[in-house]
Amino acid sequence: MSAVTATKGGAEPILLPQTGVGASLRRIFALVKRYIYLLRSSGVRLVELIYWPFLQMLTWGFLQKYLAGTASPLAQAAGVLIGSVLLWDILFRSKIGFSTTFIEEMWSRNLGNLLTSPLRPYELVAALSVWSVIRLGVSMVPVAIAAYFIFGFNLLDLGLPLVAFFAVLVLTSWSLGLISAGVILRYGLGAEELAWSLAFLLLPLCCVYYPVSVLPDWLQWVALALPPTHVFEGMRSILLHNTFDVKELWWAAGLNVVYLVAGYLTFSWFLGSARENGTLVQLGE
Amino acid sequence: MAVRDLTKAYGAVTAVDHISFSLAQATTVALLGGNGAGKTTTIAMLLGLVVPSSGEVRVFGADMSRDRTAVAHRLNFQSPYVDLPARLTVRQNLTVYAGLYGIGNVAERIAYIAQDLQIEELLDRATGKLSAGQKTRVGLAKALLNAPELLLLDEPTASLDPDTADWIRRKLKQYAKARGATLLFASHNMAEVERLADRVILLDAGRIVEDGTPADLIATYGKLTLEEVFLDVVRGRVREPLERPEDEALPARRAS
Repeated sequence: MSAVTATKGGAEPILLPQTGVGASLRRIFALVKRYIYLLRSSGVRLVELIYWPFLQMLTWGFLQKYLAGTASPLAQAAGVLIGSVLLWDILFRSKIGFSTTFIEEMWSRNLGNLLTSPLRPYELVAALSVWSVIRLGVSMVPVAIAAYFIFGFNLLDLGLPLVAFFAVLVLTSWSLGLISAGVILRYGLGAEELAWSLAFLLLPLCCVYYPVSVLPDWLQWVALALPPTHVFEGMRSILLHNTFDVKELWWAAGLNVVYLVAGYLTFSWFLGSARENGTLVQLGE
Repeated sequence: MAVRDLTKAYGAVTAVDHISFSLAQATTVALLGGNGAGKTTTIAMLLGLVVPSSGEVRVFGADMSRDRTAVAHRLNFQSPYVDLPARLTVRQNLTVYAGLYGIGNVAERIAYIAQDLQIEELLDRATGKLSAGQKTRVGLAKALLNAPELLLLDEPTASLDPDTADWIRRKLKQYAKARGATLLFASHNMAEVERLADRVILLDAGRIVEDGTPADLIATYGKLTLEEVFLDVVRGRVREPLERPEDEALPARRAS
């Protein structure tokens, strides 16, 4: 090593205000910037974001094309398959985006640095949420465009309700992401599988590919208690009957508020528990 | 910083056992102890990463288990057990942390720190591709970005070659002197402690068993080096009986 020298005329750090909305937004943006840097650093990551939803869309798109060409009574229903796949992928990819970005901090042993910085836990959650939407855009916009050119399915045909569907699914994904992140924080990377599998628990329950009426009576109550069920019912109603019941959306929005509050409380509780049990220190080692 | 009656128990295991100390401004203090002595747990509690079972830590007046974020911008931390994201370049990592610490003159500050720590040529390289010595300097750059008044370091020169370790120690000393900053570092490197610390807090089995300047401890134990003092303490040997007044009984020691 060369000699230690004192640098003359050094730049003093100009510390900006640490409290208030502006300070919070600045910290959230700093963390989002970290995730943008990460995505830009790897072309493989970028391709992977599009790869899986693209394969899904192709598989279900060809199935829809096959069914539509038969005299089967399923032919009409088949028209909604791509819509189901794309909307399901919004929920799934947003959830994965939230959870894996959090896990990434643990893989890279960076969580200790973050949690000793001025970053507040709710700012970490906000940054993960914002990033999950950005990631979702990168992932789903090219796939939705490809669905239009390959199969003639225009997601925008869902009209204005599409925006509401999108919001409901993303909010639900954040609730699931918060629960996964909390569990992983408390129990370590051994619980990582939960990040991948939690959304799949919803797949049969929120009636992605079939109407709620298919389920047994008692299970229909469970399904209707899940916000995404109302989205998939609403989508089928638009595509098959050209009608849309706004009440479905209000139900979904109300349920989402409950799930988001529960998700954040769960995350906070697990974070507190990790600080009690010393697992935040072990994460670094 | 004031630590009062701090205890951390994990079930039946007591990692830190009723320790109290305070740090005066512009002092460099070493937390010394063997493996499992409680150094890392103590530092984690000082940072608010671990909640104490009892007792409290106050830094700049804030209770670290409840109000850490009120003072987080005035301190910083470095540990070999915590990394900066490997895929990001050094400049990107420093930019992110400058944002988190609320630094307004980001580019200017990074340029200064990079020059000061001689990492200018590393700024656009991926952090994960750096050598251990380079990573330590980059970690130190992150820790000094906000010019902290209190710097907490966990084994600051672990796994570094003697030349790099010596450079880091001199840089830390220079920083503390120039800024009037307080440094608290955990280490089992006796030479490092002797060279860097104004004061040593020796931990054994979660308790403070000695607290004094390196020279005082060496003299009190009648030894030549701090390492010999440390070995006596961790092996449960009592110090020379004539060298200390009888009423200052030694704390209970672990059986050798």
